[in-house]
Amino acid sequence: MDKVMSNKRIIALYVLPSIILIMAIIYIPIVLTGYYGLMRWNGIGSMEFIGFDNYSALLKDDKFWDSVMHSLVFALLSTVTLALYLIVALVLTGNIKGANLFRKIYLLPMLLSSVAIAQLWLKVYHPTTGILNTLLVSLGFSDPPAWLSDPKYVLGALFVPILWQYAGFYILIYYAALKNIPNTLVEAALIDGATPRQIAIRIKLPLIMEVIKVTIVLAVVGSLKYFDLIFVMTGGGPNGHSEVMASYMYRQAFKAFDFGYGSAIGFFLLIICLVATWVIRKLTETKDPIQYS
Amino acid sequence: MKVAVQAGMHRKDVASRSIASKVGSAALYIALSVIAILQIIPLVWLLFFSLKDSREIFDLPPLALPRHPKWENYSDVWSAGNIDRYFLNSVFITAVSIVLTILLASFVTYAVTRMKWKLSSAVLGLFMIGLMIPVHSTLIPLFSFYQKLHLIDTPVSVILSYTAFNLPITIMIMLGFYTVLPREVEEAAIMDGCSVNRLFFQIIVPMTVSVVMTAAIINMIYNWNEFIFVNTFISSDSMKTLTVGVQNFVGQYQTNWGAIGATLMISIMPILIVFLLLSNRIVEGIAAGSVKG
Repeated sequence: MDKVMSNKRIIALYVLPSIILIMAIIYIPIVLTGYYGLMRWNGIGSMEFIGFDNYSALLKDDKFWDSVMHSLVFALLSTVTLALYLIVALVLTGNIKGANLFRKIYLLPMLLSSVAIAQLWLKVYHPTTGILNTLLVSLGFSDPPAWLSDPKYVLGALFVPILWQYAGFYILIYYAALKNIPNTLVEAALIDGATPRQIAIRIKLPLIMEVIKVTIVLAVVGSLKYFDLIFVMTGGGPNGHSEVMASYMYRQAFKAFDFGYGSAIGFFLLIICLVATWVIRKLTETKDPIQYS
Repeated sequence: MKVAVQAGMHRKDVASRSIASKVGSAALYIALSVIAILQIIPLVWLLFFSLKDSREIFDLPPLALPRHPKWENYSDVWSAGNIDRYFLNSVFITAVSIVLTILLASFVTYAVTRMKWKLSSAVLGLFMIGLMIPVHSTLIPLFSFYQKLHLIDTPVSVILSYTAFNLPITIMIMLGFYTVLPREVEEAAIMDGCSVNRLFFQIIVPMTVSVVMTAAIINMIYNWNEFIFVNTFISSDSMKTLTVGVQNFVGQYQTNWGAIGATLMISIMPILIVFLLLSNRIVEGIAAGSVKG
């Protein structure tokens, strides 16, 4: 049995095609991005080696740092809203009839394409005929803002559809994690006279801490690489006020045809995602993770 | 006597607490329902304006039912806007990518979970790290790679990218299922002189139909909605997928909201249908694909 199941030829046959594929499509390209960042290159002609010029230009590029700031704002907002999702999940896992239906309805927007969501919310925010401003006017606000072309509001206005899109996803993850907690633990606490709030904070939250950490990583890294919705809704505008790292990279490479500079941005994006993951992991590290199974 | 008084007080206490808890739980249901309505309402609004003509859209209140549902909006955009072509492209690219991804992921998951070899956990790690890599950091090298191979503007570039980037999450979804498959089945088959290949294709794969279905649905949602690869690698209109085609189409029809609404509805329809029929599997797949264990 063991001999058959450790047949090297078969193992290679089963794993090598996939390894070659992810090497060619994921791992070699991320190394090449860093390398192309050292080049002056318009994407079509030949490359010219210019050392770290692109990277040092990047460090001095105010527009780039603005885009980093916007990405960080989204990351921060996404992380903070996790608390709301957690509360909803705690409520749902309490004695709620139809909890399953609720979490499915919450999930629906996440299944739709960001392009469709972006187009729909463009209509929601339409300055004169959008559902939002129609509502505001009928409530007596005579001059509601043009949400997406106003630098004051654009980041907030973009965050609402992001929230709308991902709420159900995080609620679902927390719901599944909370459902996994053995009932006996909660019952024991109830017998000892613990209130629902105490049970939530002292028992349930510590037990799903690992899942909470994963969702923080997902929320932060997901925000840092956010692109589709912003690209469609504002294209980074007005005047760069909603530019994020990925949209800035895309603009530099595929609109301005500065592939060298775009690559440098892409490499920076990769590094910042990996560093963010590592930092969050370090910050939330616990010495003895609580086990219940 | 004393006991009776105590019992009476206790009963009163319980009664008031149960009223409080009834009010509390009513409030919870209202809050949960409000969230559910907020998640649904933009989509209802989309459905309504996809069935209105421009006059109705601007004259009626946003959430008024269309007076005479204009189904022509749908038939008009279906043929006029190249939407039929985009739709077929989407179906083709999505289907081929799903088959490839599931096949490769099944091979890898089988080799990693059931076969014995030294590097198995390292190889699994290689795939799992793929979950962290931002797509945008690979975009420029992939673009130039496909250009060199003359795969730009062909479905192959998109299919290869989808397959590679969806392998990690597909393996993650399958992992839990494969690890709990009973050893006895394999042992019996090997005893009878069955080869690993036959064991895999004739015994293991049929046992994993359920998780394959779940993984296929998650892959379908991702591929159907994908934007950036198609937008970057495909330039001719006749090759575009629905998600990207819709984006172009909508750009041309800024003011014809009915047409835009109908296009968006067509683009999200397959996902809505899958959601209505198979929401349990979607929930299962997303939970398994996002958090390990």
